[in-house]
Amino acid sequence: MNVIVQFLFFPGLLFTVVAGLVTSWYDRKLTARLQMRKGPPFWQPFYDVRKLMIKETCVPERTAIWLFLSAPLVGLAGTALASMILWRAMLEPAVTFAGDLIVVMYLLALPSLSVILGAFVSRNPLASLGGSREMKLVLAYELPFVVAACVPILRAGSIQLGEILSVPVVGSSLSGVLALLVALIAMQARLTRVPFDIPEAECELGSGVLIEYSGPPLAMYKLTQAMMLFTGPMFLLVLYGGGISFSQGWLSATAGGLKFLGLITVIVLIRNTAPRLRIDQAMRLLWGPVTLAALLAVALAWWGW
Amino acid sequence: MAKKTTIIPVGPYHPLQEEPEFFKLYVEGEKVVGLDIELGYNHRGVEKLSEGKDYEETIFLVERVCGICSTSHPIACVQAIEEAGDLEVPQRALYIRSLIGELERIHSHLLWLGLAGHFLGFNTVWMWAWRYREEVLNICEQVTGNRNHYGMLKPGGVRRDVPATEISAIRKMLDTLSSPLDLFRDTVAEDPLIQARTRGIGTLTPQQIRKFAAVGPTARASGVDIDVRRDHPHAAYGMVEWDVVLESRGDIFDKIMVRIGEMFQSVRIIRQCLSRLETEPGPIDSHPKEVKPGEGIGHYEAPRGEVFHYIRSDGSNRPVRHKIRAPSYMNVPTNREAVIGETIADATIILAAVDPCYCCTERMAAVLDPETDRVLISGKELLQRSRRKTAWLRSQLGHEGPDLKWDC
Repeated sequence: MNVIVQFLFFPGLLFTVVAGLVTSWYDRKLTARLQMRKGPPFWQPFYDVRKLMIKETCVPERTAIWLFLSAPLVGLAGTALASMILWRAMLEPAVTFAGDLIVVMYLLALPSLSVILGAFVSRNPLASLGGSREMKLVLAYELPFVVAACVPILRAGSIQLGEILSVPVVGSSLSGVLALLVALIAMQARLTRVPFDIPEAECELGSGVLIEYSGPPLAMYKLTQAMMLFTGPMFLLVLYGGGISFSQGWLSATAGGLKFLGLITVIVLIRNTAPRLRIDQAMRLLWGPVTLAALLAVALAWWGW
Repeated sequence: MAKKTTIIPVGPYHPLQEEPEFFKLYVEGEKVVGLDIELGYNHRGVEKLSEGKDYEETIFLVERVCGICSTSHPIACVQAIEEAGDLEVPQRALYIRSLIGELERIHSHLLWLGLAGHFLGFNTVWMWAWRYREEVLNICEQVTGNRNHYGMLKPGGVRRDVPATEISAIRKMLDTLSSPLDLFRDTVAEDPLIQARTRGIGTLTPQQIRKFAAVGPTARASGVDIDVRRDHPHAAYGMVEWDVVLESRGDIFDKIMVRIGEMFQSVRIIRQCLSRLETEPGPIDSHPKEVKPGEGIGHYEAPRGEVFHYIRSDGSNRPVRHKIRAPSYMNVPTNREAVIGETIADATIILAAVDPCYCCTERMAAVLDPETDRVLISGKELLQRSRRKTAWLRSQLGHEGPDLKWDC
């Protein structure tokens, strides 16, 4: 029972939704300021979701309606669960379970899978094109991300989040810094932010994968994206930066919060200083130099750097 | 194994472009294997309208051919009228024409640069370019009274003088514009990601340019050295110093660089025009009383390329024939050569690289049988279809409309 309450409210679904929307407001506001615009008011992401929730849901003809409508929920549930596991690990590092790192990695792949599922089931040429791009992108970014995740595993000697949290690799080693850089690029692709917003590509595909979605199902996707913007960087912070520690007083918790803000800022800065890559360029980049850098980081960690 | 060809529609309403147009991209996977261009959604019959208006009104009409080239069409048109009717134009008016034309070129190229950034997914470039464009538009408003559609031209001169106070304001704007222009040039020239997206993409060879008779920056990016401002001097272009900007490879990168280079040349031309306006006072209008019978041609190098107007006068106060050819009419067909073989991701920027302006280009479209050239759907039948649909819609909505069984 306790677990269900935790999943639905804190630190699961509700908490992640609110935190995700606030993070997406920060993203939009900072983007606007970088582009010399004024930017949205604080509550704008909440207004947007509310508006989408009261809009009509259009379902394309000749589609598998249950699959079409349930695809968004897969990603939403996966992200909420991943966020809950991460936050439980940070709140009570002693009670984590063995292998939860693997579970979180698996859960964080669900949003992409739900987008691919929704895209193909909506039977629109632009959506299936976006879906196939998303599929290629998943293949491209998962490899360097998993390789880079080996660095904290090697340093902590464990695949348990509680143990990894106690060894913040970025502060203590060269391999940690390199692995964080790799993971940051892979995370940019996972969040489908510029230069990796290839599946949505407004001007090419007219928001591609999401083109047939409207109303509440679209709101689910938008919420998932916002939650991923919060959960993804938090996962990086847990893996490489020791997370946000609540057991050692408010000072270290604030420092953790600032580190998180820094990560988000870097992601927003990248998104505003680059054009979109082509899918072949993105795959070449992620499988080539980025994966090589990840392997180098693992080698350095192996030698104790 | 033969791959399946799917059609990716770009249009009739698409986030890529703000006007109605229809590009059918035939794709295999991500690769474009064919392109159909369908235009004709915006035909307004400007040429015929013009024949029913007197010369003063005609200028205002052609100004509305295009919102962005809203002074290019009038300059070409007044030149055609002046040639047809053998009219005098005072020196000062020529400088003012070039001044307004070049201000328009700067804001048009900034608009395109912003859109190009947007199409590449680089929204910061979009917002920045349009922010600096605002300052140019503000100056246009201060000098002419409007951000676009300046209403400055008339046969025999211009309507409004540019006094000394406005000259200093324009100079100040040019000073503030120089650092953003440098910034854009350096960003595009040095950013590795922009290079990766634009180099070697949508390349047009000089032969292809000549085959399609493409004009303007599209041609100059491929190394075809044409510019009506130099080849057929008009307004003040023969009296000031400037260079034609040329690049050689003809890809998207070169098209961006040509347009950025032209903005620098425009600044140069405007500065010279301003100093001549300060030192050479004089009338701005020759007050012509009549247009003699005759024919005239007017060219102007619009931001998108050569715009061409032909006027035939019978000595009355209105043209008996007015012919317009806008630059996009020559440039849009090159998309076919440029886009086939590229990917969909690149297709968007390639289709936009000629800086298309569809409503300038529109011609009456007819549905022809490709083998016999026989007209399959006539204008009369289209009208009948439209009326049938209106009647059907009315019956659906339960409206009692007027009786639609007219003879057609």
